[in-house]
Amino acid sequence: MQKLINWVDQRLPIVKAFEDHMSKYYAPKNFNFLYFFGVLSFVVLANQLLTGIWLTMSYNPTAEGAFASIEYIMRDVEYGWLLRYLHSTGASAFFVVVYMHMFRGLMYGSYKKPRELVWIFGMTIYLALMAEAFMGYLLPWGQMSYWGAQVIVNLFGAIPYIGEGLSLWIRGDYLISGITLNRFFALHVVALPIVIIALVVLHVLALHTVGSNNPDGVEIKKNKDENGIPKDGIPFHPFYTVHDMVGIVVFLFVFCAIVFFFPEMGGYFIEKPNFEPANPLKTPDHIAPVWYFTPFYAILRAVPDAFLGVVAMGAAIAVLFVLPWLDRSPVKSMRYKGWMSKIWLVMFVIAFCILGYLGVVVTTPGRTLLAQILTGVYFAYFLLMPWYTSIEKTKPVPERVTMK
Amino acid sequence: MKKLIIALFLTFVSAGSFAAGGASVPMDPIDTDIRDQESLQRGLALFTNYCFACHSMKYARYERAANDLGIPNEIFEENLIFGDAKIGELMEIAMPEDLAKVWFGSAPPDLTLAARLRGPEWLYNYMRGFYADSKRPYGVNNVVFKDVGMPHVLADLQGVCADKPQLGVEPEVDPLSGKIVKSSGCEEFSTPGKLSPDQYDEAIYDLVNFLEYVGEPSRLQSVELGRTVLIFLAFFFIFVYFLNKEYWRDIH
Repeated sequence: MQKLINWVDQRLPIVKAFEDHMSKYYAPKNFNFLYFFGVLSFVVLANQLLTGIWLTMSYNPTAEGAFASIEYIMRDVEYGWLLRYLHSTGASAFFVVVYMHMFRGLMYGSYKKPRELVWIFGMTIYLALMAEAFMGYLLPWGQMSYWGAQVIVNLFGAIPYIGEGLSLWIRGDYLISGITLNRFFALHVVALPIVIIALVVLHVLALHTVGSNNPDGVEIKKNKDENGIPKDGIPFHPFYTVHDMVGIVVFLFVFCAIVFFFPEMGGYFIEKPNFEPANPLKTPDHIAPVWYFTPFYAILRAVPDAFLGVVAMGAAIAVLFVLPWLDRSPVKSMRYKGWMSKIWLVMFVIAFCILGYLGVVVTTPGRTLLAQILTGVYFAYFLLMPWYTSIEKTKPVPERVTMK
Repeated sequence: MKKLIIALFLTFVSAGSFAAGGASVPMDPIDTDIRDQESLQRGLALFTNYCFACHSMKYARYERAANDLGIPNEIFEENLIFGDAKIGELMEIAMPEDLAKVWFGSAPPDLTLAARLRGPEWLYNYMRGFYADSKRPYGVNNVVFKDVGMPHVLADLQGVCADKPQLGVEPEVDPLSGKIVKSSGCEEFSTPGKLSPDQYDEAIYDLVNFLEYVGEPSRLQSVELGRTVLIFLAFFFIFVYFLNKEYWRDIH
């Protein structure tokens, strides 16, 4: 075995790569449970890729055959139901772990210098993931697949001058049709997965260049021992590999409980109207996007003007990209930031969750007003950040990480 | 501020209506049991005899239903397959969709996924919701699905209710006489049926139970496998937990 490794290593630096990224990658020793969600995103990505490959073996990407082929997978393919539920539940799980992962970044200032690129790559993954999820959702060709796609693609039509042409170009037809289904299938199973995998590689490479942040926001590379190893760092392998195993097993327990016992999750992971084939002549009473898009959908609906609504929705995502330059605080972690940062983060999370709820339900004047207020809170969190992070009083950051 | 409080209040009060699918008609509850094979067999028989002429079940195969419901293939072929369909085939119907549209206003929907689309409760109440209405082309209307195009196919079993049946009513018993004074269902029939109201409810229960099964035939297998997987993960957790503890013993 050693001989084989040596043989390969002389031709490809596998030992060095393993050391750089695993056994000699020094991670801070004070990670808490929020640090599980990075590796969990990996687990879910692997699940989506594997189950996705097997689903394409039986899926039929045509308007005539798509819906029936899903039921064929559910009934006639050995363990097809399991592959399908792993994939559909995995889509929701992906957003759960990614939202938690992003929240961790907000909490401990992981986007701040020198990790701006790590953050930007991460945000780009999030963007690609939204496109991936949106296109994947059309593939079962159910009523909600169809009308959800219709509504979202029509949004582009609100852009002045180029809008109509743009949505026509995306659909490849005057309304969502088999042509749209075919191109979404190509993008969903070939193009976007390649983009996502490439971005994940960049995300991790950039991270391993600057090193991981931690709940204290202390740069562990500032305190090295005589061998040049950070005093507060421990080798990722084996310490964090065994540590992450615990998180992965707990995650899998919850994930499998949903897959095997509540795959529809009360209509939130698989929406009920999707058990009816797409029908271009019959609009469902109530079109709601899947839960992970609803905060942005609520922002869109909160703005009375169609075009400005699209702008607001786009801005709500775009503003996250410039976050590293909005935070003027001298400290990274919420542990040492002032009370204003803390209150704004809490308000932001609450606003995001309630907007998510409002995006699911039918609008009423009261709800629209609430959505408008929360949209204000959402943007204020970012736009006021340069102000409140620079004037607030911060606590002194310790020299070394703390173990709580 | 006041407006905001009202908005918040309204938001949370109405949260429940989404989960219920926005249905406004009161309904009787149903507790399906897809482990009850006899009920599923009776439901299948009712389906093939009364519904299957117009409603296809085109994503399901005869053979799967026969095997899952414990019906020997030969008996199934002899009694439950009409025409010359083979047992391995999908449960399709001969009625052309375009003609059906002319006859009923819209083609009768495929019922493979009816229970997942509408929910068992809706089906259970819908099938008990027909009543006489001379204004409708087939002489009946439905309290759950107003102005539905479907005739009351089970009229010879249930009879035809003279007026709107009251569904979702809490039964009330007179404490002195012990007689039921109020109950869910039809009060008076304009045409009598072969079954008593209780027998009819049971027949519909079996039918809905069968539709619930056929909507997701893998449900029982999923529950069984899921149990094994969760038990494995629980044991595996003990292992990884102590492994992690051992490695991290000296890190402070």
